[in-house]
Amino acid sequence: MDINEIIKPENLVYDKPRLMNDNPMHYCPGCSHGVIHKLIAEVIDEMGMEEKTIGIAPVGCAVFAYNYIDIDWEEAAHGRAPAIATAIKRLNPEKMVFTYQGDGDLAAIGTAETIHACNRGENIVIVFVNNAIYGMTGGQMAPTTLEGMVTATCPYGRDVELNGYPLKISNLVAQLDGTCYVTRQSVHTAAAVKKAKKALRQAFENSMNKKGASLVEFVSTCNSGWKMSPDAANKWMEEHMFAKYPLGDLKNV
Amino acid sequence: MTEEVKLMKGNEAIAHAAVRCGADGYFGYPITPQSEIMETLMELKPWETTGMVVLQAESEVAAINMVYGGAGTGKAVMTSSSSPGVSLKQEGISYIAGAELPCLIVNVMRGGPGLGTIQPSQADYFQAVKGGGHGDYRLITLAPASVQEMADFVALGFDLAFKYCNPAMILADGIIGQMMEKVVLPPFRPRRTEEEIRTQMPWAVQGKTAGRKRNVITSLELEPAKMEENNIRFQTKYKEIEKAEVRYEEIGCEDADYLIIAFGSMARICQKTIEMARAEGLKIGLLRPITLWPFPTDIISSYADKVKGMISVELNAGQMVEDVRLAVNGRVKVEHFGRLGGIVPTPDEVLDAIKQKLL
Amino acid sequence: MKQEIIIAGFGGQGVLSMGKILAYSGLMENKEVSWMPSYGPEQRGGTANVTVILSDERISSPVLNAFDIAIILNQPSLEKFESKVKPGGILIYDGYGIHQAPARKDIQVYRIDAMDTANEMKNGKAFNMIVLGGLLKIAPMVSLENVLKGLKKSLPERHHKLIPMNEQAILKGMEIIKKL
Repeated sequence: MDINEIIKPENLVYDKPRLMNDNPMHYCPGCSHGVIHKLIAEVIDEMGMEEKTIGIAPVGCAVFAYNYIDIDWEEAAHGRAPAIATAIKRLNPEKMVFTYQGDGDLAAIGTAETIHACNRGENIVIVFVNNAIYGMTGGQMAPTTLEGMVTATCPYGRDVELNGYPLKISNLVAQLDGTCYVTRQSVHTAAAVKKAKKALRQAFENSMNKKGASLVEFVSTCNSGWKMSPDAANKWMEEHMFAKYPLGDLKNV
Repeated sequence: MTEEVKLMKGNEAIAHAAVRCGADGYFGYPITPQSEIMETLMELKPWETTGMVVLQAESEVAAINMVYGGAGTGKAVMTSSSSPGVSLKQEGISYIAGAELPCLIVNVMRGGPGLGTIQPSQADYFQAVKGGGHGDYRLITLAPASVQEMADFVALGFDLAFKYCNPAMILADGIIGQMMEKVVLPPFRPRRTEEEIRTQMPWAVQGKTAGRKRNVITSLELEPAKMEENNIRFQTKYKEIEKAEVRYEEIGCEDADYLIIAFGSMARICQKTIEMARAEGLKIGLLRPITLWPFPTDIISSYADKVKGMISVELNAGQMVEDVRLAVNGRVKVEHFGRLGGIVPTPDEVLDAIKQKLL
Repeated sequence: MKQEIIIAGFGGQGVLSMGKILAYSGLMENKEVSWMPSYGPEQRGGTANVTVILSDERISSPVLNAFDIAIILNQPSLEKFESKVKPGGILIYDGYGIHQAPARKDIQVYRIDAMDTANEMKNGKAFNMIVLGGLLKIAPMVSLENVLKGLKKSLPERHHKLIPMNEQAILKGMEIIKKL
């Protein structure tokens, strides 16, 4: 069987989402970002919202998200994506607006913007990738770094006396009257990916139905920063991350 | 129809003018002495008439980033604050300049440094015209000297910002913000339609329509060669602005032996100083820069050979005086007089300083 | 014709609003006007002053070193502004707030017992309008008709019912001001 026979349309079992372009990704092999990007691209396409969607990219590993998903984007200053999304949505209410942020961006430097955009009930989606570490800058401690976890700035493990506790920002945001949907997902298995896509779809639909702010947290790995193989990172995540950040809906109204 | 003359504060005039000139959004955070801007907007409820969005942000940092977000969609958006708040906005302003977005920022200056005082000051001159945030960028800086100019410079600021895809700033102070004067508000002009934004601002993030490449608003470029190219493009634009957009006013300059250079409220005070000086037979003129950047370098330079001395009168320890000295390049004596920390000199105090330093 | 006026007293005495009404009255007469307040956190009890200029010509500086007229409503303001009245100028003070009368001989000094009168009228809020009445008697820079129009402009609609009371207070002030 030669290659031309294999790539016949009737043999197709998987296709790259239409809204993912061909730019080579800078993400490390094994990183969760690629899968999450793919899910977002699929959901936007399936909702037929390509021409109405505006994404806001963060500072952090996903800073170049705008190079991969083929929609209009604004690149935010570190932590300010929810403020930027607020203005875009208020000024363009018919658009579908989402931010894509990491733990340092959303839960450290941008905590105020996160809390207040959610509390105002902005009709936006916040996609929150929590890998418990600063990946882009080389693996420093994040607000979500687990107790005892080793990073470049807590080389002897996170000491709560020195650094405080891992921040469960999604639980905090779920308390706010302005949020309608807060959920914790992951993309480490096929089943989890399927569930995560449903969660994203609901969040995006909420935003267009003016139900308020939706936050979808992805408990993720950073195998490079964690200094593990992708497989070991997934196992470590299941064992340690899920214990602190259990999956499932925190709020769904 | 005759235009209606109103009496209002400079801060209120900014708010009215913003609604009338077709602004799409205002994002701010309260701080004295400029809170009347947002208060007036909230009272005017423009979202019910022109559709303008007005939002009180959680901080100055959030407000300027809201401006960044809105400007990226091609909308005419603005923020206002006073000195400590404008310091907080510097990061955002740098990003806006780096992403080449148009917007309007109002700074009703108060005394610093730090929390300083709520009284008037012009000590943010350096911050406004020399950068303020990080990187090589420039802000088109307009210095109103009356309530009428507070109103007029809103539309002018937006027009210049959109013409050059660059942030513009109205650099006022507590006096101009808080005082009431007669003002004729600008006529209403409609907000841009979505269609107009699409055709006039093809770079705007509006949702990627079929047949065009995706639009990305960003100041990031990790490839140094490309980043240098970006910077060279900015500098070319700044040169163009320096050539085309210098604005100033001359009062009694033609026969002057001595020249005062002053902007904003200080220029108003110095007008009275000139009246007093001329009553004593002293021929003093006033050159008032209206644009602080681009600075009226050429006209000031042209007076270097005509007058016996110049004095830059400012509500600060000597900031604009550096640009005056650069303009005349040693050809004439240039002095500075200023009061600090929220103290405003009276016209006779300025005259005494001139006699002491120049005559 | 130009009138450069300072009104100074405690916050809460209606210093700024009296200045505002004067400025609006000037506006009604098509004069050039400026109203420059001392602004600050002291809403009540601190010192407050406002510089009002009414002129037939364009106004240069809203900040002044000398005044044609000073209206002084408490002792600290007298100490601050007595020396700043131009020679031959006018100083009007409220007897209740001043325990040490003005000393200058080269200016015209008037006393108005506006606080006492307001109390007699059982209307503390009339205080600043009584003072305004006194001012207009001595220096009729704007007509009563235009003051009432100015009042209408500067007051929110819901307070328009108070205009007759204000008119009464202005007339009372015109009666009780006396030259020293």
